[in-house]
Amino acid sequence: MLFSSIISSILRRLKFRRGVKYYFTFIGFAIVLSFVLMALLASFISPYNPVKRAGAPLESPSFKFPMGTDGLGRDILSRIIHGTRIVLRITLLSMTLSFLIGVPIGLLSGYLGGKLDSVISLFMDSLYAFPGLVLAIALAVMLGPGEISMGMSLTVVYIPTYFRMVRGEALSVKENLFVEAAKAIGAKDRTVMFKYILPNIIPSLPIILSLNAADAVLTAAALSFIGLGITAPTPDWGFDLRMGYPYLTSKIWWPSTFPGLMIVFLTLGFSLFGEGLTEILNPRLVRR
Amino acid sequence: MTSMNRKPLLSLENLKVYYYTDEGVVKAVDSVSFNMDRGETVGLVGESGSGKSTLGLSILRLIPPPGKIVGGKVFFDGIDLTALSEDEMRKVRGKRIGMVFQDPMTSLNPLMKVGDHIVETIVSHEGVPREKAVERACSLLEDVGILPERFNDYPHQLSGGMRQRIMIALALCLKPDLVIADEPTSALDVIVQYQILELMRKLKQVYGMGLILITHDVSIVAEVADRIAIMYAGQLVEYSDVNSFFNSPLHPYSEALLESIPNIQLSDQKLKYIPGIPPSLINPPKGCRFHVRCPYAEHRCGEVEPQTVEFERGRFVKCFRYVE
Repeated sequence: MLFSSIISSILRRLKFRRGVKYYFTFIGFAIVLSFVLMALLASFISPYNPVKRAGAPLESPSFKFPMGTDGLGRDILSRIIHGTRIVLRITLLSMTLSFLIGVPIGLLSGYLGGKLDSVISLFMDSLYAFPGLVLAIALAVMLGPGEISMGMSLTVVYIPTYFRMVRGEALSVKENLFVEAAKAIGAKDRTVMFKYILPNIIPSLPIILSLNAADAVLTAAALSFIGLGITAPTPDWGFDLRMGYPYLTSKIWWPSTFPGLMIVFLTLGFSLFGEGLTEILNPRLVRR
Repeated sequence: MTSMNRKPLLSLENLKVYYYTDEGVVKAVDSVSFNMDRGETVGLVGESGSGKSTLGLSILRLIPPPGKIVGGKVFFDGIDLTALSEDEMRKVRGKRIGMVFQDPMTSLNPLMKVGDHIVETIVSHEGVPREKAVERACSLLEDVGILPERFNDYPHQLSGGMRQRIMIALALCLKPDLVIADEPTSALDVIVQYQILELMRKLKQVYGMGLILITHDVSIVAEVADRIAIMYAGQLVEYSDVNSFFNSPLHPYSEALLESIPNIQLSDQKLKYIPGIPPSLINPPKGCRFHVRCPYAEHRCGEVEPQTVEFERGRFVKCFRYVE
């Protein structure tokens, strides 16, 4: 019901408003969608096995290898296609977890207030005070390499963003008369939180979600780049970028440029989508 | 009549509600006492900031912080509400005492269907199956003059008057013994005001609940209430049945209040008003709080606070003019 009301509100708004951001949203959505499709169909569309030698090392882009081969003779295109899976899985895992943890805690903290709120806020703010990447590095070192531990460290990085957002919104929504009215008819705290306050916050969450996803793609790539991410030979953009990077000085640009471009595109896709959603879902920001 | 029914429905004893703000303690309700019987309508009248809304909320123990009930008792049907646990109090809200708020535009959850507000309340208090609750909600909607087809509408699809009808249905859905209506018609236009008042009068006959009507409009009280309570600066200055009140108001403030109602038949008359401003509730004037604006003020009015006396049976007034 909630979901459908969000969708319908998006559709309703789209009918009336066609600014630049309207197109941004679609471009962003299209980019993200194509990456998702790429990940789902990776085994069917990738021309070679991403972890096996397919040709000579460092072959330049050609008809046979559209993006060339890397230092071990593996097809870069295939590695990029398969790398999409990893990056999307990590993003999905960390976004789901941080959403599921950050949102309820924020709701509880904002609604109940008092000492509990002060303690949780202090903790979350101190997490938030770290630059995301530094915190992610510290956590990734503790947890060791691997997809799950990367997801976990990113989860911790993004929990405070949901927390702050939801707490702030809960603080403002709970001042509404309808919350008082709900209490006046004897609604339980749980009911007030989940049926009266949360639904009024949900519309502002997709924005945070997509902007965080954009950020998570970058951070995940950065973790892999410095060797705290996925173990070789699994295809991963950040790791491949790192492996191709030394060749740049010898004018062999393709092993690092293509993974880098992919990171840029996916980040761009999430950001555009998020920015566009902000415009669509938040009527207060609309300028005429 | 059994002895149980003779007990007043609601009885306030020296209720004190203070707000602890940074500027000082705001004594919004200061030693208010009155009784009301079952099925009665009490009109609670006072100007803005006289503490009437706070009084209404304090009966349900819903005063927002930094407000607090600091003294006195609220007996409802013989139970002291101030002594109940938060959980017991929650069961009283809605079930025994309903509330209608001033602004119908914001008192419904914008993302919940209007019918679901009622269903949700019935299900959570009585644990009946949803279908039963939906049935009851539909018949309630009919009672308040809303077509049951509007059950699935969201609040923004209804007009202010219709939303206030929904609020009334919501306040009545558990058949409470008392409904507190905090300026239920202030946000509505005059025609709709009249309709809502008519509706409340009709529903009172059907449901037989007691009603506390908080308002700043004395004429509304004249129309629907049995008794009138006049609040001034956090205190109850007069409590009386409506007929004797409008025939001969006792307290100087009540007198001034009635005189300030514009009369269309005396069109060349200047609009009368009460000189001065309502006192601060942080540092209320010494003695009688009205003495600064009172035309009859004597020396002792500024020195000692007058006691509330029963002038006639059932007519209470807090003024030295009625103290022998």
